[in-house]
Amino acid sequence: MAGIAEKVASLSNEEILRYSRHLIMPEVGMEGQLKLKQARVLCIGAGGLGSPLALYLGAAGVGTLGIVDFDVVDFTNLQRQVIHGTSDVGRKKLDSAADTLREINPNIEIRKFETRLSSANALELFREFDIIADGTDNFPTRYLVNDACVLTGKPNVYGSIFRFEGQASVFATKEGPCYRCLYPEPPPPGLVPSCAEGGVLGILPGLVGVIQATETIKLILGSGEPLIGRLLLVDALSMRFRELKLRKNPDCPACGTHPTVTELIDYNQFCGIRGEEAAAPTAMTDITVEELKKRLDRGDDLFVLDVREPHEYQICNLGGYLIPLNDLPKRVSELDSSKEIVVHCKMGGRSAKAADFLRQSGFAKVHNLTGGITAWAERIDPKVPKY
Amino acid sequence: MKILVPTPLRQYAGKQSTINVQAATVGEALNALTSSYPDLRRHLYSDEGKLRAFVNVYLNDEDIRYLQQDQTAVKDSDTLSIVPSIAGGSN
Repeated sequence: MAGIAEKVASLSNEEILRYSRHLIMPEVGMEGQLKLKQARVLCIGAGGLGSPLALYLGAAGVGTLGIVDFDVVDFTNLQRQVIHGTSDVGRKKLDSAADTLREINPNIEIRKFETRLSSANALELFREFDIIADGTDNFPTRYLVNDACVLTGKPNVYGSIFRFEGQASVFATKEGPCYRCLYPEPPPPGLVPSCAEGGVLGILPGLVGVIQATETIKLILGSGEPLIGRLLLVDALSMRFRELKLRKNPDCPACGTHPTVTELIDYNQFCGIRGEEAAAPTAMTDITVEELKKRLDRGDDLFVLDVREPHEYQICNLGGYLIPLNDLPKRVSELDSSKEIVVHCKMGGRSAKAADFLRQSGFAKVHNLTGGITAWAERIDPKVPKY
Repeated sequence: MKILVPTPLRQYAGKQSTINVQAATVGEALNALTSSYPDLRRHLYSDEGKLRAFVNVYLNDEDIRYLQQDQTAVKDSDTLSIVPSIAGGSN
């Protein structure tokens, strides 16, 4: 009996004052605020979406807030990851986020999980929470979060962004569809650009993360119309919100009537990411920034090809010839296959694809600049800005 | 009818967000689109010519998988949306 009595939550006078704007509205009230206090929400990622999500959930008084992250704050995060500040650069995102949240609301319990979410730890972790909010940035983790939510019966409050466009929904409730009902399979690697390549408007994770926070709070309160069975599309440039109907697919491998996903799988393999296997064939033709500098200094006849976008070229360049990766197939005739070509981009990802394409097109002497212009800025010329 | 092209695919559609085509069915509309912009085809269809599993097509707010797929009849006032999966959020 004592155990049960301890679990009955109540609010201190300080909390009553803090949450007064909730308490005086009938949709929340004391009952709703106590539900929030007893709720346990797990945020996957303390980045773009995780920042506004955790800030608002913490401020609203969600009693237990778990955060899974293993990353460190860097300068390029600050444009949108508003839970971190300039003085946090170099710190663990978990520590930085926890400090900010404690400053906003010392009444909540913050549970930090410094780990990469994996098939080995997801189920155990999810069981300790009521709702999972997915703010990750890659397909393997998206499918992992979805399947683990279906297997543990926890709702998946989903948000995803690209440039100035976002998606939000609530997946894996008992009656509603899951992420696999919407997208049974991930795109093959390389076909969809990542955020690091594609960029993202800083306010967009704010918009979408706050939608996720709203949905989370509605699920806890049990009020309103949650985004179950609806996919909300947000276009920040045209400022249009559209809504599409989602159906629970009876043949869904995860949540259908005869599921084939009965335990967590290898999600990297599922998403076609092969790790070292994929990297190996290109390794022999890579060139480091130090080698490139040495060879340029001694006057070697190298043709530097920049496969970034024109707006990136404007930020900084190595004086290379600019052909954006996507234009390369139709502009390949501008290149001289007898020359030795060094291809670079920002980090080395797009240039690796460009180098592969050129080799397949019959170019024999193609090198990929490892680490791209970012490595050049870090190790050769600090006057070149990093972005 | 109007076809809405999502951000990740606009680079293959002449940077346009909206493209108007004349068509009687969803299949005809997508055909008209990929005839004008051949680069889009590889992003929408697999080598076997099937719509890719990470690309959904909606007629107004309804998934064509739950209508008559490619055969679904369309009116000039309809809007077709291409909605691919996107994964960004953390970094």
